[in-house]
Amino acid sequence: MIHETSFLAVSIFALFVAVTLGLSFYFGAKARSSQGYFAAHGQIHWFVNGIAFAGDYLSAASFLGICGMIAFFGYDGFLYSIGYLAGWVVALFVIAEPLRRLGKYTFADALDAKFHSKGIKLAAAVSTLAISVFYLIPQMVGAGVLIQPLLGLPHWIGVLMVGAVVVLIVVTAGMVSTTYVQFLKGSLLVLFSTVLTILILKRGFVADTSSEAMTPQTVTRTSSGDVLVNGQLLGTKPGEGQLRPVGHITKLPGGVAATGPVGPLEFFSVLRESEIVLWRSKTQTGASGTTTTYLPEPTPGDEVLRPGKIPAFRGIRGEALAPKLDFLSLMLALFCGTASLPHILIRYYTVKDEIAARKSTVVGIASIGFFYVLTLYMGLGAMTSGALDVTDSNMSAPLLARSFGEFLFAVISAIAFTTVLGTVSGLIVAASGAVVHDLVTSFFKIELADHEKVRLGKFAAVGVGAIAILLGILFQGLNVSFLVGWAFSVAASANLPALVMVLFWSRTTKQGVTWAIIAGMVSSLGWILASEEAFTKVYGLSADAAWVPFSQPGIVTIPLGFLVLVVVSLLTQPKQNLQT
Amino acid sequence: MAARTGLVLLFFYLVFYCGFVLLNTFKPEVMDAVPAAGVNLAVWYGFGLIGLALVLALAYMWLCRSGPPKKEDRR
Repeated sequence: MIHETSFLAVSIFALFVAVTLGLSFYFGAKARSSQGYFAAHGQIHWFVNGIAFAGDYLSAASFLGICGMIAFFGYDGFLYSIGYLAGWVVALFVIAEPLRRLGKYTFADALDAKFHSKGIKLAAAVSTLAISVFYLIPQMVGAGVLIQPLLGLPHWIGVLMVGAVVVLIVVTAGMVSTTYVQFLKGSLLVLFSTVLTILILKRGFVADTSSEAMTPQTVTRTSSGDVLVNGQLLGTKPGEGQLRPVGHITKLPGGVAATGPVGPLEFFSVLRESEIVLWRSKTQTGASGTTTTYLPEPTPGDEVLRPGKIPAFRGIRGEALAPKLDFLSLMLALFCGTASLPHILIRYYTVKDEIAARKSTVVGIASIGFFYVLTLYMGLGAMTSGALDVTDSNMSAPLLARSFGEFLFAVISAIAFTTVLGTVSGLIVAASGAVVHDLVTSFFKIELADHEKVRLGKFAAVGVGAIAILLGILFQGLNVSFLVGWAFSVAASANLPALVMVLFWSRTTKQGVTWAIIAGMVSSLGWILASEEAFTKVYGLSADAAWVPFSQPGIVTIPLGFLVLVVVSLLTQPKQNLQT
Repeated sequence: MAARTGLVLLFFYLVFYCGFVLLNTFKPEVMDAVPAAGVNLAVWYGFGLIGLALVLALAYMWLCRSGPPKKEDRR
């Protein structure tokens, strides 16, 4: 589809960016010390921190990725919502309070509080950097996806713009500005998602029985570089063509043409008894170029509202064991991953004590949980909105908003953009904290004055930002939610075993912690790189060439992290322990 | 006290979460059942898990409301 640039959208987008940067400059003066820069002096109010949790956590993957997945395949995307939220239970009941008590700047502080080990600091710093970079990729891809329709600019410019704005936010005021940007974004995201959901329910459903709604569409990229859409050159001039928006219901219960407003439960019951058109694609390459054909697939509503439709989850309805293990592995990683993400963990240092950490997590669970309930309405609303771009699932939420008018589209697009800003800035603060505190001052033992730590943190932020920009451009076109699933697997495998065992097993040793982090990180990354998903979607090779039986590593690599920690700890017990 | 309460509540939630994941993995057809209001079990169970997380979080806050943990309670 060709998305026309909207003056209103550009204006609201510019306003959001201006407010965000204004906040950063305003708070710049409050973040001159390293405690201020990396942990906001531990003076953020628990409620603000709770909403900032939502702003930090509800990334492009949650908003754009999940809504897009639900809009294109139905219920399966909601499984991510459930897994992402469930992970907060682990954060609240196991991690939040001891982490706040033991640490100061980075999650390595808590791991290393008892041991004072250079090995733990190094392993935890590398793990933080690896997870942050892995998590940054989908955020930056999401940024590029948004900028294209909003400003009519190419993907790489969108990625570059986000990178530049985020680096500016982090460099001016570190964790203080990052917190308030996340608070603003979290509030706006939940508020406007609620507005969007109310509008969806108020509009109800309309059946579209036109023949055009059921006509296949084609996109051909010719060997000479032209793009043909349905046989015409891509464009908006006379004689040129573009893809039609999709997303229709063909039959409503009782054969009615429209339902009128529906209630929150009636929304699902009507949909379950309707027939919805989903789209599947088929790509063929010939001498004249590559043609992708998009075919309409009328689908009963009850199939849309059950698990097992998306290709990655289709295996749960079959007999083979490997796809089932893949699904189990993903759901385990989502459950264990939240409480292992460095950019989430460092938020606990921005509040004054353990009680504030607990309260802010509860506020986070309330706001994040409420948002995830809304994702099912927004995704299914987009699926039936008649506004989808058949080539791009990530644009489903903004395009749904456009079906209610240009203003809502502008606001939702700008919020989605700040969604990326909030999460990316948190990731960059986490990564720069790991560089300064864990690597430079703890591992290399370089003495730095307080203002030098802040300056180095700013340099690190610029470096991580540059890497994020590069990766965001390289990974254009991958579904953002899918990539985040990988980041969760690495975080859960590398960090959770060490965090949990340090808190609950008194025989844990520094060697055990160090090797558990290394084993979890290397095994999960190695598994991902050797998986079918990586072979087909990243390397462009055949699925048969994959080295591991399923793509999600968590079910193997999380227990492996625990096992390595226990075995190494038992082998390296201090002498006095062995004598008793 | 807070640590023990947290672990008990975590275990309670884990039972429901594992039930959801295992049903989806090995008996996905069960999710097609329509227990109430024309809405299938997949949607009810998903919303239930999100709601349960909030209920347990509030219960935890209430159970640990007595102030900062004393030294002997600390892990």
